[in-house]
Amino acid sequence: MTDTSSLLPIQTDVVVIGAGPIGLFSVFELGLYDMKVHLIDILDRVGGQCAELYPEKPIYDIPAVPVCKGAELIDRLMEQIQPFSPTFHLSQMAEKMEKLPDGKWRVTTDRGTVLEASVVVLAAGGGSFVPKKMPLKGIEAYENKSVFYAVRKMDTFKGKHLIVAGGGDSALDWAINLQPIAASVTLIHRRNEFRAAPDSVGKMRGLVSEGRMNLKIANITAVSGENGQLSSVTLKEESGEAYEMPCDSLLGFYGLTMKLGPVADFGMAFEGEFVTVDTSCFETNLPGVFAVGDINTYAGKMKLILSGFHEAALMAKKAFTYVHPDRRYRFQYTTSSSNLHTKLGKDECK
Amino acid sequence: MRILCTDMVGKVHELPATEEWSVMEIIREGGIPMLAQCGGSCACATCHIYVKEPWKSKLPAPSEEEIGMLDGAFEVTDESRLGCQVFFTKDLDGLEVTLAPGSM
Repeated sequence: MTDTSSLLPIQTDVVVIGAGPIGLFSVFELGLYDMKVHLIDILDRVGGQCAELYPEKPIYDIPAVPVCKGAELIDRLMEQIQPFSPTFHLSQMAEKMEKLPDGKWRVTTDRGTVLEASVVVLAAGGGSFVPKKMPLKGIEAYENKSVFYAVRKMDTFKGKHLIVAGGGDSALDWAINLQPIAASVTLIHRRNEFRAAPDSVGKMRGLVSEGRMNLKIANITAVSGENGQLSSVTLKEESGEAYEMPCDSLLGFYGLTMKLGPVADFGMAFEGEFVTVDTSCFETNLPGVFAVGDINTYAGKMKLILSGFHEAALMAKKAFTYVHPDRRYRFQYTTSSSNLHTKLGKDECK
Repeated sequence: MRILCTDMVGKVHELPATEEWSVMEIIREGGIPMLAQCGGSCACATCHIYVKEPWKSKLPAPSEEEIGMLDGAFEVTDESRLGCQVFFTKDLDGLEVTLAPGSM
């Protein structure tokens, strides 16, 4: 994954925080009015909730689309915005937003990417997708020292007595991939059935029967150690039997959850976990900062993709006044405007 | 018709229940802000509840999908269910559920 951190800030027209369906469609509405977009997303791919929660599930309420799967909706949106060549900064989270002396906004991510733009659009949905943390007493002291929820560098686990918790592809893939370099690997899962790909389950069972990996059907009920260094976990089996298992490293794969994160402190007005907006243009209390999709709230708000699409269109009209203050906004229809056809690369449709 | 929902601090809430609604919907519409991040599509495990006997046996068994999603919940016991997969019927009038870790 290329690290997009740079010494010089990246200049663009609009920074969109969140590359889910509404962030993606915003690129289209902004592009029709000549605004270039850079998007930031915590996931390693676009699609937000559609890609992460229900890629294979049908959506029946996208206007003019009787049915499409979550992943399909995202593919179609990516095709729709392709003429505008957006830039994506994935696997990172917007961490800071500051107002610059000239009125523009500077957004910094947790990977050091710095973007400067006249407009920021918060399309953060339910928040950043982050790994679910194990709710064990005192575990915070070990997190990022000997307890992890993702693998950044495989070397971290070299020579370790590693416990991998989980039953899906992430848990099994990492247990299998780290087995050759770890001192020992124990896979822990609450039941003896695994959601992971059958091939991976087969490999795991093979390693277990060869004695090269341990498998325990149990739940982890406690962790212990000192100064952030794990020394053992407590396991409890269905029978009720509980025992300590020595280890020095723990990887937990329990799926992702959505957390609001640093955007809560960007200075926008919130009502609970939602950003309040002016419904004439979906601008927040901060000039040039907008909020569209599930992240906003207003009288009558419904958390529907179609609502987010509408919000993006009105947002783009106001965004234009910040990005191109010297130009006159020219409302046009994509059906009849040759100028828009050119932008969309559809000249041949005349 | 109603269900009785015990929250994370042990308080019991009597909530109006409508046939065909999921327990997750009944809880949320009843004013308890259960997370239910995926909106009830069996994709997140943040509507995790406990259902004890005698109610547990009155419920249809969980699907493979629900069992799989419970892998993403914590302190899962044999009383664990996903609230979005349990649908209220007349026979469940008075159903007692308890919010489980991760649901708030």
